[in-house]
Amino acid sequence: MIGNVLLVVKILVLIAILMTGFAYTMLVERRFLGFFQLRLGPNRVGPGGLLQPLADGLKMALKEDLMPNGADPMVYRIAPVLSLFAALSVDAVIPFGAPIHLFGQTINLDIANPSIGLLIAFAFSSLGIYGLVLGGWASQNKYSLLGGIRASAQMISYELAMGLSVLGVLMMAGTANLEHIVYAQQARGWFIIPQVIPFVIYFITAIAETNRTPFDLPEAESELVAGYHTEYSGIRFAMYIIAEYINMLTVSGLAVTLFLGGWLGPSFLPPILWFVIKVALLVFVFIWIRATYPRFRYDKLMSFGWKVLLPISFLYFLGTAAFVSGLL
Amino acid sequence: MATTESGMIDKETMIINLGPQHPSTHGVLRVRLELDGERVVNAEPVIGYLHTGFEKTAESLTYQQCNTITDRLDYLAPMTNNLAYVLAVEKLMNLEVPKRAQYIRVLFSELTRVASHLVWLGTHVMDLGAMSLFFYTMREREVILDLIEAAAGVRMNPSYFRVGGLAYDIPDGFHEKVHAFVKDFPRWMQSYRNLFEGNPLINERLQGISYVTQEQCLGLSVTGPNLRATGLALDLRKVEPYSAYEEFAFDVPLRTEGDAYARFWVRVDEIYESMKIIEQALDKITPHGAYTTSDRKVALPPREEIYGNMEALIHQFKLVTAGFPVPQGEVYQAVEGPRGEMGFYLVSDGGPKPYRWRARTPSFYNLQTLPIMSRDGLVADVITAIGSIDIMLGDVDK
Repeated sequence: MIGNVLLVVKILVLIAILMTGFAYTMLVERRFLGFFQLRLGPNRVGPGGLLQPLADGLKMALKEDLMPNGADPMVYRIAPVLSLFAALSVDAVIPFGAPIHLFGQTINLDIANPSIGLLIAFAFSSLGIYGLVLGGWASQNKYSLLGGIRASAQMISYELAMGLSVLGVLMMAGTANLEHIVYAQQARGWFIIPQVIPFVIYFITAIAETNRTPFDLPEAESELVAGYHTEYSGIRFAMYIIAEYINMLTVSGLAVTLFLGGWLGPSFLPPILWFVIKVALLVFVFIWIRATYPRFRYDKLMSFGWKVLLPISFLYFLGTAAFVSGLL
Repeated sequence: MATTESGMIDKETMIINLGPQHPSTHGVLRVRLELDGERVVNAEPVIGYLHTGFEKTAESLTYQQCNTITDRLDYLAPMTNNLAYVLAVEKLMNLEVPKRAQYIRVLFSELTRVASHLVWLGTHVMDLGAMSLFFYTMREREVILDLIEAAAGVRMNPSYFRVGGLAYDIPDGFHEKVHAFVKDFPRWMQSYRNLFEGNPLINERLQGISYVTQEQCLGLSVTGPNLRATGLALDLRKVEPYSAYEEFAFDVPLRTEGDAYARFWVRVDEIYESMKIIEQALDKITPHGAYTTSDRKVALPPREEIYGNMEALIHQFKLVTAGFPVPQGEVYQAVEGPRGEMGFYLVSDGGPKPYRWRARTPSFYNLQTLPIMSRDGLVADVITAIGSIDIMLGDVDK
């Protein structure tokens, strides 16, 4: 009983944290982009623009939810929900900090702690692409359709490399349980040191996973107007945006858990803060890249994924396998 | 899907209208794309959304008034349009312009060329997806607009060059301002180059993309950087010098590849050449001196003269109410604008208004290469092609 109550509380807290986290990631991104681009960014609503996310959220919620004639109503309505659902679900298995002891209970700072946590995380994060493909297809708009096609083309080009890039960590830790992976790093040092190339590959594919510059092909505003979400408005549009930003937090969280020691850090700060700091640093890199780089062309992305990222991560995976099994 | 009248799908291609409202068409260009997946089968520019009837309007304006129309053709490079027009009228009237005014014209022509190329650089790279550079180049363009404002009082549509010379003299302290700009500029330009030079993503998006041959360019009357990127050094400033350009030392940047990458670097190099000309022009321009012709039948008399001199008052009255007559005849005069050959063909029936006023605007001709460039490319390459042609819709549609 108490376990179930605790679970519901944890789910609600996690969703609340992710929603605020998304809102402020967006604000921070807009402010930083402003500074990169000789602008101020949003700074009018509240002190230093801190209430801007609230205003944006309110605006999005109150806008009319339009649906184009000829759109497939069912799929059109479900697609953004699917994206958001997938984005939120991944975070269920990420451990945000060391277990804490409260009222005689040991509370794990994650919602679920399955032994195949890593696989679940990847399964759910791949599910998110269906939201894009279906949304683009159901909109009955040619730009949306192209955006949807690009999303699926993009997915098949980075997913394999992404999966292979984390296999090394899996083998070194000897488990797919994310919490145990962090404990393994406590014993043997952060996995980024032996696995720096897979980390870079993971990060590149993570950018592709979240559809951000230079891999923002499905929405490519200078080519496809807004890509898959051209026709979306109001809260459904907001869902796509929320999913994109939560995805950004999620892939950063996964990167931190797998390569950067999760919540580990010197003890003068609580573990959960270390986790947040590491995620924030990775998110800053996301924003930095967005301010600097142009977009890939989608056929170039495919050949980059298949001909560069995949062989490198595969070779590194074989090398790690040989090392772990004692062949080297 | 393209469908026949009966609603049946007749082929596996998709027609998509890129524009007229689209973030990357630089105005109101509409491109009718025929796509096979994302591969472009055919791209057909549909123009006319910004048609303003300038040529017909000009026939009911005096020669001085027409000047304001030229600003609005290619509104990113108003000074070179002004120059082409006033040179044409001056040629028709056999009018001598003071050397100092000619140098100032060169100075401002090159300043607008730099400003125009900066806008192109920012928007082109933004079309490729890198958004920050746009803000940086706009900052530098702002400095140039400030310089134009200091001299002409207007930022965007200055009409600064007038038949016979200039509208006003350059203000006090103008040299220092331009010197400061010339001094700061290489540092800024280097900071932009750090963003795009050798960037593998930019190179990948430009190299070998939207290729066009020299023969195709010549066949379509393409001029300017687009032609020079195919290996033909046709620059009117060198070939048919006007406004004392023969006294300036500068190179014509040339590339032979004929792709978007070549056009990119021709324009970037041209910015540096223009800065060279600006420096030389500054040395030649004395702080004070004649800025317009002394012919009172063409140029307005100075204000103080009007109050004390009967003849000056009459001249002023005649020029403002009726304009000046231009001898019968026809003339074509072209200058090298930032986008290519900017020319005016004027026919005069001897009156104060042109009988025929025809603008040869470079973007109109340059745009015709879009179908050649985009064929068999991807949608992303169409955007690259539009950006690298450097079209200006005010210039295309007139």
